[in-house]
Amino acid sequence: MKKKATALLAATLMLGTVLVGCGNKNSSSSKGTKHTVALVTDGGGIDDKSFNQSAWKGMKAWGKQHKLSKGVNGYNYAQSNSDSDFTPNVNKLIKAKYQTIFGIGYKLAPVIDKSAKQNPKTNFAIIDDVVKGHKNVASVTFKTEQSSFLAGVAAAKTTKTKKVGFVGGIKSDVITTFEKGYIQGVHAVDPSIKVDVKYVGSFTKADVGNSLASAMYNNGEDVIFHAAGGSGSGVFTAAKDKAKNSNKVWVIGVDQDQKADGKYKGGNVTLASAVKEVGNSVKDLSNKAMKGNFPGGKVVTYSLKDKGVDLVNDNMSAATQKAVQQYKDKIINGDLKVKAE
Amino acid sequence: MKFKVKSSWVVPLVAIIAGFVVGAIIMLIFGYDPIQNYGSLLSGAFGGVYSIGETMRNMTPLILTALGFSVASKAGFFNIGGSGQYLMGWFGSVIVALHFSNLPGWLLIIISILAGALLGGLWSGIAGVLRAYFGTSEVITTIMLNYISLYFVNFAVKDWLAGKGADSSPNIPAKASLRGNFLENLTANSTLHWGFLVAVLVCFVVWFYFNRMKSGFELRSVGLNEQASKYAGMNVKQTIIAAMLISGLLAGLGGALDGLGNFQNISVSNSLPQVGYDGMAVALLVNYSPIGIIFSALLFSALQIGGMSISVFSDTPTEIVSIVTAAIIFFVAIKYVIELLISKYNKKQKSKKMTIKQEGSGE
Repeated sequence: MKKKATALLAATLMLGTVLVGCGNKNSSSSKGTKHTVALVTDGGGIDDKSFNQSAWKGMKAWGKQHKLSKGVNGYNYAQSNSDSDFTPNVNKLIKAKYQTIFGIGYKLAPVIDKSAKQNPKTNFAIIDDVVKGHKNVASVTFKTEQSSFLAGVAAAKTTKTKKVGFVGGIKSDVITTFEKGYIQGVHAVDPSIKVDVKYVGSFTKADVGNSLASAMYNNGEDVIFHAAGGSGSGVFTAAKDKAKNSNKVWVIGVDQDQKADGKYKGGNVTLASAVKEVGNSVKDLSNKAMKGNFPGGKVVTYSLKDKGVDLVNDNMSAATQKAVQQYKDKIINGDLKVKAE
Repeated sequence: MKFKVKSSWVVPLVAIIAGFVVGAIIMLIFGYDPIQNYGSLLSGAFGGVYSIGETMRNMTPLILTALGFSVASKAGFFNIGGSGQYLMGWFGSVIVALHFSNLPGWLLIIISILAGALLGGLWSGIAGVLRAYFGTSEVITTIMLNYISLYFVNFAVKDWLAGKGADSSPNIPAKASLRGNFLENLTANSTLHWGFLVAVLVCFVVWFYFNRMKSGFELRSVGLNEQASKYAGMNVKQTIIAAMLISGLLAGLGGALDGLGNFQNISVSNSLPQVGYDGMAVALLVNYSPIGIIFSALLFSALQIGGMSISVFSDTPTEIVSIVTAAIIFFVAIKYVIELLISKYNKKQKSKKMTIKQEGSGE
């Protein structure tokens, strides 16, 4: 027993002596006036076809614009595989001297709150939540009820069965905002259309998303709007399976343009995408931080007006597009107010 | 013969080295620098008090889920329900800490931890009873109980604990937290908490139980041969239930310590906590030795915590670390091959010596 223990210790130490000292080769080269940014994902990687991916895209675009590369002298991401990774990830980025750190998603709010207090010299931004009381934290929120409203309009104009669906990830304020906006949009066009609301209970379970959506399509609902992150890819699978058997059904994508996800041999099931330009906001805030006017302590809200949220056309008919545009103008003018709750 | 005694540590050692080598080869193939990456892995896990604190914090639940898995395995059962038992323990501790917040701090901590551990024990106890009285395969029941616990806890958090529109419970009162100013100051604000000491202590308790107590002996004996143990007059049914109960108790304790120390609340989870499965790997690496688990957990924890640094300091994806971990487990699993190679090597050495001797005597 003892031998085993000492051996393992020896193994760890041995690896230590072999490897210590050769790390961080590239880290301390140029220190210039460049700004460095990084983001922490909220579970799931930067390839989740949704929220995190969109944020990362924006950060990469920012880096390209300023000719920076991925790494400690430019921009980077830290992937959280579980909730207990949030704190170490944020702290690792602080230790690696990233100047602005983005927490992607409301789940990171408590960690950002605590880290901001401990590291007053680092800029923090929290997406989809508000962290108050720190001069170095910018809170970014999106009026997703507006884009969801337009998604509702598109669904109502497209449905033939007068039944449409909504698939959410985990039920929480951020996601119910999508649900509420969507329902208002559907009913603005035709109050007699039924909206069926289902929640996956997870942002990463494509299989559950698939079975929920299949059941909804079988029930005659021919348009589903999903706000379920990675679980949403199951909704696309269900729609494509249905479409292959010559029952044309539609999905409205979320967060980024999901046209590519709807592609199948012989067509595309993505009607439109209620985009939330997390990427643009990341880019925008990174630029502001670089110029030294980071909106710390403020809440930055993006809406239809400033194109922070939008409904992107993928396969809408001309009539539907027109209706969407009309409602869009109304919302931007302020003639129509969409409630978030 | 010489190697036979040492093979208990030779196998994990060879497996670890082979795992790292495989990881390095894969990095080289894809054009990443293995030396730099292993360097940042190492400094990410052990460079400075903060990193050490995080590594130790991450060890806590790993140790306990590994111990839980070991106890069941020593009794001959494959308890795959560590994740579910951990989750139940986490849930139990948080709900008690929130509900009885008017109790004094020390008492609140103790009953919260006990509640978590008991709930974990109860959870695996169900599988134990089913196994003892109906012969139901514990592999199936524990896997199924995992899902029941996941969805039950998600439901309970959502409907009972979380406020309107939230998907996590409120934080536990500060007096029920296992974190402390002392540890935070010591480790530069890491999330290390007192639960780590409890986990290490429990390793020794389990060692004592296995090696110095009658019921621990019975447990191992049932694991070796159920029929013979019965013939020898042991109460096999009772031992099976006890083994599963203790197993879940330990995993539940891991959940409780993580809940009170690390998370401070409980939220709706996307999927089962990975730590239950990681615990199995930790235990397998050292062949279920309770003391060995401390070191094995250190290794896995260092890989996980240090692994996060890999992508921070280079553009290597973090998935590389998962490949290294998986390779280590793979080499442990094929330890038979390693043993075979060692014995072949020994034989060769021996026959060489013999021929030398023969030649010598011939002259």
